Amino acid sequence: MADIATYVLTGLGLVFFIAGTVGLIRFPDQFSRLHALTKGDNLGLGFIALGVAFQTETWAQVAMLLLIWGLALLAAGTVSQLVARAAVSESQKP
Amino acid sequence: MSLVLDMALCALILGVGLATVAGHGVFRAVIFFITYGLLLAIGWARLGAYDVALAEAAISAGLTGVLLLAAHGRLRRLRAAEEAPLRPNLPAALVATGIALALGWAWFALPDPTAPDLTAALPQSGVGNPVTAVLLNFRAWDTLLEAIILLAALIGLWMLARDRAWDNPLGLRYHARAGGVMASFGRVLPPIGLIFGIYLVWAGAEMTGGAFQGGTVLAAVCLVSIMADVLPAPRIAQPAWRLALVFGPGVFLLSGVAGAVFAQGFLALPPELAKPAIVTIEAALTLSIAVTLVLLVIGPPDEGGQDA
Repeated sequence: MADIATYVLTGLGLVFFIAGTVGLIRFPDQFSRLHALTKGDNLGLGFIALGVAFQTETWAQVAMLLLIWGLALLAAGTVSQLVARAAVSESQKP
Repeated sequence: MSLVLDMALCALILGVGLATVAGHGVFRAVIFFITYGLLLAIGWARLGAYDVALAEAAISAGLTGVLLLAAHGRLRRLRAAEEAPLRPNLPAALVATGIALALGWAWFALPDPTAPDLTAALPQSGVGNPVTAVLLNFRAWDTLLEAIILLAALIGLWMLARDRAWDNPLGLRYHARAGGVMASFGRVLPPIGLIFGIYLVWAGAEMTGGAFQGGTVLAAVCLVSIMADVLPAPRIAQPAWRLALVFGPGVFLLSGVAGAVFAQGFLALPPELAKPAIVTIEAALTLSIAVTLVLLVIGPPDEGGQDA
């Protein structure tokens, strides 16, 4: 049962990662690319962490997975904001 | 299944390595180099060398990546990085291929190394992690020199500064909007990073971790704080920063001299004192490693708009 949940959830996570990567390659400008990348990867990592959580033995390991996901969310959100701001100021330069 | 994973990992490492050297443009090469370091870290983890994996991820991918990115930024401001069309550099390719062939030959020609059996010596070392035992007890001499080399590298970097810029704040000036994304990030991340970095050092005595890995994490925390304007940019003249730079090597040297006076020889640790001595040296080294790395990354003093 736990194995099936892991397969389904990590599979779903991979789908989001692939969608994010396709968006990164196919979308026309920096902002929509960032949007695809961060949305897709954050959700993808969340699903993978959730899937792996079904394989853990202790609650501490679940907490660690949650921490990893939270830190990745924080970093990805901050970095995408900073990249987007750099792109805006770059495009406003003469 | 794991064979497929390992094969895919090897192919990725080779492919990304090739993309790094054969890439188009400096920026792309730097990005590929960072990816290469992360993949190598996964490779080390697959081999069970978790200490090396951590060091690879933190120092090679993370810190060296930031150094290279900063160098690229400086080059771009100086307009020195005008991308030259890439021509195959035949001599360099020949030398690199020769080195690769020689290494490959050496790998097959050398007899299997007989690693000394640490199980008998480990209880004498005071710590449970064989990597830490080798780094800070059995081969402490190497680690001491490594710590001093880092310091020498920083002094070499500072020698690039001009006399009139000597008292300026180090590095570029960072602007972070008060209450903006970067300012919040610079306040949220440090508490987590501080705990994690100190934990890595403390855990290094018994399991994976150590002064270099922990020091790199602490350096990253300090850099984020400086970039977010939470910490003021350091200056060379500030005694606290200078003290932090020499504290680790100083404590290490002192303990080495104490070993020569009170124990069997220079850097020798008597087994009953080994654990507290190693933890003390590691704590001091971590501080110095972290500060040295921070100052290496932010670079020589800003010359005030000259290269802006």
